[in-house]
Amino acid sequence: MDFPILTTMMLVPLVGAVLCLFAGSAARMIALVATLATFALGVLLWANYEIGGPQWQFTERYDFVAGFSYALGIDGIALMLIMLSVFLMPICILASWDAISKRVGEFMSAFLFMEVLMIGTFAAQDIFLFYIMFEAGLIPMYLIIGVWGGDNRIYASYKFFLYTLLGSVLMLVAMFWMVAEAGTSDIPTLMQYPFPEGAQTWLWLAFFASFAVKVPMWPFHTWLPDAHVQAPTAGSVILAGVLLKLGGYGFIRFSLPMFPDASADFAWFVFILSMVAVIYTSLVALVQADMKKLIAYSSVAHMAIVTVGLFAFNVQGLEGAVIVMLSHGLVSGALFLCVGVIYDRLHTREIERYGGLSVNMPYYAIFFLLFTMASIGLPGTSGFVGEFLSLAGIYQTSSLVALICTTGIILGAAYMLYLYRRVAFGQQNNSDAAAMKDITAREWAMMAPIAAVVLWMGVYPESFLAPMRADIAALDARIAVAAPDSDADLAAGLPRAEAANAVEYAGGGDH
Amino acid sequence: MDFSASFALVIPELILTVAGLALLLVAAWGGDKLVRPVAILAAAALFAAGIMTVPGLHSGVDGVGTYAFGTLMKVDSFALFSKALLYLAAIGALMVAPAFFNSVAAGAERGLRAEYPVLILFACLGMSIMVSASDFMTLYLGLELNSLAAYVLASILRQDQRSAEAGLKYFVLGALASGILLYGMSLLYGFTGGTDFVAVRAGLAGELSTGQLFGLTFVLAGLAFKIAAVPFHMWTPDVYEGAPTPVTLFFATAPKVAAVALTARVVFEVFGGQVDAWRQIVMFIALASIIFGALGAIGQDNLKRLLAYSSINNIGFILLGLAVALPAGASAMLIYLFIYVAMSLGSFAALLMLRGDDGGLYETFGDIAGLAVTRPAIAWCLLILMFSLAGIPPLLGFYSKFVVFQATVEAGLVFFAAIAIAASVIGAFYYIKFVKVMFFDEPAGVVAGKSGTAHWVLLGLTTLIVSPLGYLLTPSLADLTDKAAAALFLVP
Repeated sequence: MDFPILTTMMLVPLVGAVLCLFAGSAARMIALVATLATFALGVLLWANYEIGGPQWQFTERYDFVAGFSYALGIDGIALMLIMLSVFLMPICILASWDAISKRVGEFMSAFLFMEVLMIGTFAAQDIFLFYIMFEAGLIPMYLIIGVWGGDNRIYASYKFFLYTLLGSVLMLVAMFWMVAEAGTSDIPTLMQYPFPEGAQTWLWLAFFASFAVKVPMWPFHTWLPDAHVQAPTAGSVILAGVLLKLGGYGFIRFSLPMFPDASADFAWFVFILSMVAVIYTSLVALVQADMKKLIAYSSVAHMAIVTVGLFAFNVQGLEGAVIVMLSHGLVSGALFLCVGVIYDRLHTREIERYGGLSVNMPYYAIFFLLFTMASIGLPGTSGFVGEFLSLAGIYQTSSLVALICTTGIILGAAYMLYLYRRVAFGQQNNSDAAAMKDITAREWAMMAPIAAVVLWMGVYPESFLAPMRADIAALDARIAVAAPDSDADLAAGLPRAEAANAVEYAGGGDH
Repeated sequence: MDFSASFALVIPELILTVAGLALLLVAAWGGDKLVRPVAILAAAALFAAGIMTVPGLHSGVDGVGTYAFGTLMKVDSFALFSKALLYLAAIGALMVAPAFFNSVAAGAERGLRAEYPVLILFACLGMSIMVSASDFMTLYLGLELNSLAAYVLASILRQDQRSAEAGLKYFVLGALASGILLYGMSLLYGFTGGTDFVAVRAGLAGELSTGQLFGLTFVLAGLAFKIAAVPFHMWTPDVYEGAPTPVTLFFATAPKVAAVALTARVVFEVFGGQVDAWRQIVMFIALASIIFGALGAIGQDNLKRLLAYSSINNIGFILLGLAVALPAGASAMLIYLFIYVAMSLGSFAALLMLRGDDGGLYETFGDIAGLAVTRPAIAWCLLILMFSLAGIPPLLGFYSKFVVFQATVEAGLVFFAAIAIAASVIGAFYYIKFVKVMFFDEPAGVVAGKSGTAHWVLLGLTTLIVSPLGYLLTPSLADLTDKAAAALFLVP
């Protein structure tokens, strides 16, 4: 396709961002129009994406910088994550419509810059362009937390900034080494390049330092609860919805295909961290009194399911991990919106201050229930598809890890239902909470689209799996040779003469 | 000796000499009444000298044809690039001066004195000679011409105690550094029998004797003093804080360029055959500058002191490129210098714009609290400059670190690069404190005065260079620096 649609998708919010800086309160409308236009372009992008076509589509390449090139292009995985970003953006703008009253222009501008950088990160085909986009997100996010955040925003913004920066700079050194070794900074070429096994270990660790902080994996997660609690609602949505996905995307795009041997060597290291994360952060979430903190800890637990799925080294695990990322982006984003809705009314996130909201806010309670169930992973919602696939994938590699991670799902049900009971059910102990009005049309417009997509992904995930099937298969083919030691006792058993779903054997894919 | 060819090579220096001497006479007879035309003519002379470097820069000149006056000077692409850069920085220092000296910030002696542009011209002449020196005699001549002009500039506000203190400190410590340098040069002369770079290099071939090693170390120590690298950095914060801000802006840019270029030429052309001998020293100085520059800045409340430590920190990164000891590293170092000059000019210009109703300057963190609300344009420019200094992409400050670290890793110094880049995170702490104070804190509202057009022009221009648009400059910049670095490594 000749039309540079990816560049256009980045230019629209960029122009919007510059306009917003000078627009004052008209910035809200400019930002909404710009994000909706970007979303429309995103729909166009998906519609024109050729499933089963070439691996990299919509490629663009310009050499106007010395040292690296401005090269864009997407595969199915990047397409899905770009769609997630452009879908959540207009919702974030709506969520900040009334909640942000000071320095509106600068706020909207920061958000639109964020959108440019997120699209750029997922679409970058040059490793240094990726780094620039990946790292540049620190600036707008630092401002969003620091200027419009809660009482302890300064501490949270510093912690967010320095933690993420320290993680990333080591990755940059590794990138220099790789580019010097392979002689190119082109990501598709690097994904096929055989790095020597000894070097892979160091490179993997350097990339891990960055992605583990971004994901975040236990014990590098401590910046997340602080950042989430202090950020304004829309900031939390974008943080949970998209920025955390950068870590998972990094593992898929860099760590796994570029260093398959090191990934296999470190798979158990990742499993152990993930198992600890699932159990530990779920237990921590159970005792939180602050709603945002609870959801932040649940994010860490969900992202641990992503990392075990990724390092399961099979197709189910990888597909599940990507679907969990998409689903968690939608669901945790929506849960933060739910918190934002009642925070705007009562200006507290303390669970104790609410109760019995299903009486006076029935529509709100329905949405909140749906997203709670999706977070738990109830069949029919997006959460189920992703978690089921991930756990099915890890079960083939290790039944122990699968067992412990499934326990995490049960704990997840416990803390989410406990949260829901205390907020929506029970006695209406607080008169001010009992007097709150149900959601407005603007809030409907925020929640309803996410609810629809959550159900769509739960009922017919094929729409989301189809574009990335070929890419996942290619990735699996690249890494399968290095698969880590398995403790799953997959006894071969006696073959049946004819399997129930017998099809002609097509080769490949044995584990 | 073909003098006409030699003179043709040093046209920029001739322009500066003639302009400097003529304007000195004008200033002596005309007095401070004529300061405005003197300043404009000085800037025009610098600009003209800069124009003279363009043809050579464009085509790239190196080799034997670039020697002037025997082997006293070598006007190759490397020298031309450094000259062009330091002339531009000096023009910046001339642009911001009138508004400062005409305000109450100048204390008892209001009004720009006519000596200021003349001294800047002579300092630039000295630096021109420094960067094209290819003999220790020329080197010292240029260095001292620059230093003497700089000492006077630092104490140009005679009635101001801080300015006088800065000048005296600079003079005493600068003289000490010159002494160390001279001692090193005399040792090298004694042990090699020559003062021109080619002869000394030839004399240093083979295993270094103890005396030669001492000479090398003393020369490097003296140069480290001039570029304010740790552990010879102690004078920088005091001098930067005490000197009038336009002079600080000058010190932070042009002399750094000249001193770094000079150091590069000495280590590559004189000690080029003994890379192992000096590389350890430069690596230590670089790492120490990065770490101590960053740590020292954390506790500072005065913005000028903070920027002084920031310049020490940046020198560390520049020296990383030097430690690579390959053309790629030298080229990266020049790119870093260019971007560093733009960032420094911008941040000091912004500091000069932080003035109250009466024109007095503000220079502590408390004064700029909430600047984003009271003076959003300055605050946003400073935000871009600070994130750029911290090396956060997509700003051009990232590109400068990018090229330096890429060269370092490609040369195989991976571990060294990893330590240095991790230390750069410490530096990020105080740069984002700048942003925090301006954007997150409640407005102090003391910055109320109007800023001059010259300041806006300089700030706007440097911010534009540092912004992502600056990446459009990088291909031509890389082309120029590659030619310059190639000239440096062409050993006759």
